This record gives sequence, C-alpha cells and structure tokens, in this order.
Amino acid sequence: MSSVLYDAQGPRAKRRNILLTVVFFALLLALLWWVYQGLNDKGQLEWAKWKPFFSGSEAWTTYILPGLKNTLIAAALSMVIALPLGAVFGIARLSDHVWVRVPAAIVVEFFRAIPVLILMIFGVALYSQYTSVSSDDRPLYAVVTGLVLYNASVLAEIVRAGILALPKGQTEAAQAIGLRKTQTMTSVLLPQAVTAMLPAIVSQLVVIVKDTALGGAVLTFPDLLSSANTMSSYYGANTIASFTVVAVIFIVLNFSLTSFAGWLEGRLRRGKKSTGAVVGAEAVEDIAGTAHTGAAGTTGAAGTADGTAKTSGTPGASGTSGTDKAAL
Amino acid sequence: MFDFLEGYDLLGAFWVTIKLTLLSAVGSLIWGTVLAALRVGPVPLMRGFGTAYVNIVRNIPLTVIILFTSLGLNQTLGISLGAHGFSHINFRLAVLGLIVYTSAFVCEAVRSGINTVPVGQAEAARAIGLNFTQVLRLVVLPQAFRSVVGPLTNVLIALTKNTTVAAAIGVAEAAALMKDMVENEAQLLLISAIFAFGFVVLTLPTGLILGWVGKKVAVKR
Amino acid sequence: MKLRKVTAASAAVLALAVTATACGSGDGGSGSGGGKKIKIGIKFDQPGIGQKTPQGYSGFDVDVATYVAKKLGYSADQIEWKESKSADRETMLQRGDVDFIAASYSITPERQQKVDFAGPYLLAHQDVLVRADDNSIKSPADLNSKKLCSVTGSTSAQNIKDKLAPKADLLKYPTYSACLNGLQNKAVDALTTDDSILAGYAAQPQFKGKFKLGGFKMTNENYGIGVKKGSDLKNKINKALQDMVADGSWKKAVDKNFGPAGYKNEPAPKIGDIKS
Repeated sequence: MSSVLYDAQGPRAKRRNILLTVVFFALLLALLWWVYQGLNDKGQLEWAKWKPFFSGSEAWTTYILPGLKNTLIAAALSMVIALPLGAVFGIARLSDHVWVRVPAAIVVEFFRAIPVLILMIFGVALYSQYTSVSSDDRPLYAVVTGLVLYNASVLAEIVRAGILALPKGQTEAAQAIGLRKTQTMTSVLLPQAVTAMLPAIVSQLVVIVKDTALGGAVLTFPDLLSSANTMSSYYGANTIASFTVVAVIFIVLNFSLTSFAGWLEGRLRRGKKSTGAVVGAEAVEDIAGTAHTGAAGTTGAAGTADGTAKTSGTPGASGTSGTDKAAL
Repeated sequence: MFDFLEGYDLLGAFWVTIKLTLLSAVGSLIWGTVLAALRVGPVPLMRGFGTAYVNIVRNIPLTVIILFTSLGLNQTLGISLGAHGFSHINFRLAVLGLIVYTSAFVCEAVRSGINTVPVGQAEAARAIGLNFTQVLRLVVLPQAFRSVVGPLTNVLIALTKNTTVAAAIGVAEAAALMKDMVENEAQLLLISAIFAFGFVVLTLPTGLILGWVGKKVAVKR
Repeated sequence: MKLRKVTAASAAVLALAVTATACGSGDGGSGSGGGKKIKIGIKFDQPGIGQKTPQGYSGFDVDVATYVAKKLGYSADQIEWKESKSADRETMLQRGDVDFIAASYSITPERQQKVDFAGPYLLAHQDVLVRADDNSIKSPADLNSKKLCSVTGSTSAQNIKDKLAPKADLLKYPTYSACLNGLQNKAVDALTTDDSILAGYAAQPQFKGKFKLGGFKMTNENYGIGVKKGSDLKNKINKALQDMVADGSWKKAVDKNFGPAGYKNEPAPKIGDIKS
C-alpha cells in the first residue's frame, strides 16, 4: 500500500523502516514477556486455572452459556424495543410542527446526555419500589430499560440522518405525484432510509452488547461478565482466566457484528438500485457520543447527514468517509 | 425537600467525575493520536499493531477493561501507578482504563480527519522535501484536528458518560454515589433527577462550546 | 436484485433477534411446570455456604434450607433456588420473591425491623483470612497498616474501619473471589467477613494450605432464616431447625461442609438465643 503521506522508500528509508520494525517488535515482545512473567510468577498460567474451559463442558454449560444467553437476550430485547421507538422520535424530530419537533428533540437530547449506568440504576430502583416485577426479572428489566432509553434516542438520530441522507428529489417526486406527508414518509422515505441505516443499526448492536456488561458488574444482572464472578469462586479464584475467556467471547461476538456491519455497508454502497444513501458504521460513533448535533438545533444533525450523503454519492471518490481504506 | 442530601458529598462525587474525564481526555488524545500516526505510517508492523489495537479494544466492553486494570494489573501484576491506598490506586487505574478504551475512538476520529485533508496538501509537503513525520506534524495533523473537533467532541462527551463505569472498581464518582443513595433513601425520582441534571450540565455546554469552536476553526474548502 | 439481497440480510438480522428473544421467553415458562414449588434464597458464590456448581447447589445453607423445606412438605426437586445478594435480601422477602432466605443472613436489629428471622441456626464470627505464611497479623489492631479486602455492601469492612482498625486500607469488590486473587498475589493482606464463609474458601482444593483464619472472633454473627414480616413460616421453620439439631442432621451438615476446612464451629445455638 502506497500512501500519499510518505514517498516511495529508497534504500535508506527501507533500512530505517527495518530498524524501526525491529525496535518496535522488541518492545512489543518485551511487554508480552513482562506480562507473561508476571502472570507466571503469580501462578495465573497454571493449567488448573484454565482447565475448566478446555476439558469438559461443565464450565460452559453451568456458567458461561447461561450468562451469554442473558447478554444476548438483553441486547436483542433492547434493540427490538428501541428500534420502533427510535424511529418514532427520529421522524417526530423531522416534523413540520414545532410542538412535535421540539419536545421530541428535548427527549432525545436528554437521554443522550445521561450515562446508561445512571439510567440502569434508576431502572433497578424504579422496578423494586413501584412495580411487582419479581427479583429474577428486575435486573433484566432495568438493564433493558436503561439500554432502550439511551439507544432509542441514538437510533432516533440514526433514523433522522438516514432520512436526511436521501436525495431531495425523492421527496419532491413524491409530492409531485400528490402523496401526502405521511404517505411520502411511509412509502417513499422510510423504506429507503431503513435500508440505508442497516449498517449503522448493526454497529449500534455492538454498543448495546458492550453496555449489557454494566448490568453484570454494577447491578445484579446475571450476564456473561458476572458469570465470570460465580465461576471464579467455584474454580478457586481463577479470576484472570475467567475474565480472559469472557473478554475473548465479547471480542469474537462484537468483531463478527462489526464485520457484518462493514460487509453490509460495502454491499449497500456498491448497490446501484437504491439511491445510494448509506449511514455508515462510523456515523454511529459520532452520533452515540453526543449532545453536539442537537445542541446546534435541527441544522446540527444535517451536518452528519450531509457528510454521509456526500460520501455515498460517489463511493470512494470523495474519500471523506473513515471507512474508505485509502490512507488519505 | 433536599434534607436527604445531608451526609452525601454530591459535589465531591461530581468533582471526581470531572477529574476522571479531564485526565482521561488528555491521555487518550495523546495516545489516540500516536495510534493514528502508527496506522497511517510507513512501517507495516506498526500499522498492524494500530489496527489490531483499535479492533480489539473497540470490541471489549469498557467495564471489562476497567475490571482488568484492577484485577489484572493491580492485583495480579502488582502495578499501583505510584499511588498509595486503594482509593488513589483505583482512581488512577480507572483513568488508565478509560485512556486505553477512549484512545481507540480518538484514533479513528483523527484518522478520518486525516482523510478529509486534500491529497494535494500532502503531495505539496512531500514535494518540498518533508519526511513522513514532518508531513504529519506540520501539514496534515494541524488541518485534520481542525476538521475533527466535532467527532472529538462526541468522543469527549461519551468519555464523560463512560467515567461512570469506574464505579465497577469502587471509584467514588457520581454513579457510585447515586447507587448508594437510591439504596438508602426513598426519594428515587428526585435523586435520579439530580444526577441526570448533573450530567446534562456537564455534557451540554461541552457540546455547545466545542460545537461553536468546531465551526470556527473548520478549514473552509 | 440488490434490494432483495438487502431485504434478505435485514430479514436475517430480524430472525436472529427473534430467535434470541424466543429462547428467552421459552425458558421463563419452564420454571412453573412441576406443581407446587418453594422458592428459597441462597448465595451462589460462597463455597461451603451456598455455591452454584455444575452438579447443582451445595453448602451448609443449602443443606439447612433443604432440610427445612422437607419438613415444610417440599421434596428436594420442588425447591427453586434463587440467588439473593446481600443488598437484595430484605427487599426479596418483603416483596415475596422468595419464601425464605438462608444466605449467611445475620440477625441484626435493623434487619429485624424489616423482616422476621427464624433461628439462629449457626453462630459465626467476623474474622480475617490471611496468607498461611503471613505472621504479622496477630490482632485486629495489626490491620491498621494493612491492605484489607471486602465486598461492596458488606458490614464487615465498615466494622473494621469504624471500630477495630481505622487506618486499614480498604478495597471493595463485587465478589469475594476477586479478593482471593489479590490475597494470593500479595496485593492485599487480608480478606474480612464471617469465619464460616472464609473457611469455605480456605477449604477449596486449590487453596489447601495457602490461607489461614486469624481467629479473632471480632463480632457475633447469628445466622437466621429470614421470612416475610408476620409470616407463620417462622414458627414452622423454628420447629424444623430444632428437629434438625435433635436428629443429628445438623451435625452431619456441619461436618460435611465445614469439616474439610478444619473450621471449629460453635455448638448449635438455641432457637431465639441471639448473641450480641
């Protein structure tokens, strides 16, 4: 891969690069060695601590898989509930009526400004004090509530970006053939926007899966992460081993979701039939962060949408998207 | 109405949240930029490291990273980052964990910023004989940063909210205090409103001010 | 063409989500199938007291609860075990999530205001667990210069901080097993909670000979069986506990669960005899 940031390498540059490679490799190796030594000294690499995961299935069937199942249930439930809710709020923010637009904007910005953990802690206390949800379900309800409130507002922004990313001609054509506003939205804009948003939605699923771990660590939700706790008390405090296994499962799960989102995005961008508008995975991180777009009012989000529309118009050529692999 | 607040150090807890945010922000800006430089640089091994780092870290829950700093680095490898006493040690570990996590996102933001700088800029820089580090330091990064104020603001706001995860290793920040309070006091809605308000106050001005700054400094093309 | 593929892809995502939720709801239904059930709250992560294992549940609290349930007319397979974390116990009883709780549950005046207790069925004491080769901790006061680990929501840690060793450096984790890791690696010097719980950890095969109890008897912890306030279960459970001591089952359960740990337990307490 040649980059515009540096010249084609001559003999001196090549030698320097080899030197850099060697030094960097040595540094990495030293770090790894240090970690290995440290763990080995403390007996963390003893086979006894890792055995439960590699010989026999009892560690998996008793602790890990039930935990993973709960993590997936919470993530899937949150997504399924948050998606329609987000769509409603996203569309409401595009409304022509101020009395719809403004309250929707306030709700969305409010929940995006609050940490998920705060929402979850609120959820747990809410369900235990004001409802008859049993103690088994309460952590799940609380985790899902927190995730839904937060992610619905993020999805609202994604939906809005997806609709705004569509070429203006779509709305104009719909109006020209006499469709009402609702009809324009439901039969022209939304179907296209949903397709455009798919990669962003899958990426948001990664965020949700990661956030379920909060419920395991701070609340009493029996998710994948908390299964590591129960497990390590039974297998003689193999804390490092348990947490490593759990971390690897998270990485594999999320990495496949991320790759799927990337694949989907590439596919949609290449597709000729659609309008070519795609809300990429990168847009999620922008949106997920912030009160920034909303702070600037309705025009703010158009910024995100503009960016996406620009890149998607002629794929690769404008090169403003972070997903384009060219270095510059 | 607010007498239940007595005995709780509300401002102290939010001050810890602010300190966590600021220290981690500075740290992850530096480390994230270094990572971005590695990722666009000429040395394949460094590029590979940068890519692997970002892909791994982005896919682990922050909670797991923070727990690892305590259980792994501190309790197993004996690192205490020069602090004495667990309240100090865990605070520093939380900052470290937040930097490790957030820098992956900073790296991606900076890299997308580098992508917005027109090719001609780098070509011109190379034409006058600048080498890779000079091209990056003198020409590309200054422009890239100006165009990524927006995305970086989002990362900063996400970071502010993510500091609550430090509660998992017992750092006495806002979420830890809130959990304590809702378990011991009856005014659930009021307590939640106070903490929600606290975070809105922390994040909204950040978004507004930096949003304005971003527009100001953006390179007009 | 492309659109159809995209629709197929989105259908796949949806299908994935639906199956994930479907297996979730299916699981919820299976619990209530087998006639009358009794719901008992225990600990899931305290070896020797209440621990979830691949073979089911084991520990002294589990044995006591099983015996009591039998006397109340429930066989072992009619018991539904629930995890009751320390901070959740009163709420679970008040709301009727469980019928009773046997989860290293000390009888205290504060708790008695919210729930009723049957028993006590075991007298334990707050103690510390230290490394077997560490002879520097001879009295609670020695903890002043030491690193101490406990769990969030535990009264033991606060007790040491408030009364016995105010200068101890306190670390709190969600579970004891996280503390054990640090204790083994010398990142902390002592782990504090009830000696009955500590003995269970010390007796785990992986830790044989590595840890020892301080033997300080810093407090009296009267383990009771918590029931909802005003519940008529209290008297029935008291009766069952008396039987358990009388017919030797209590002794058997003690030997089985605490024997390997070499834990010198106190004799069976009399019902209602709460040592402060």
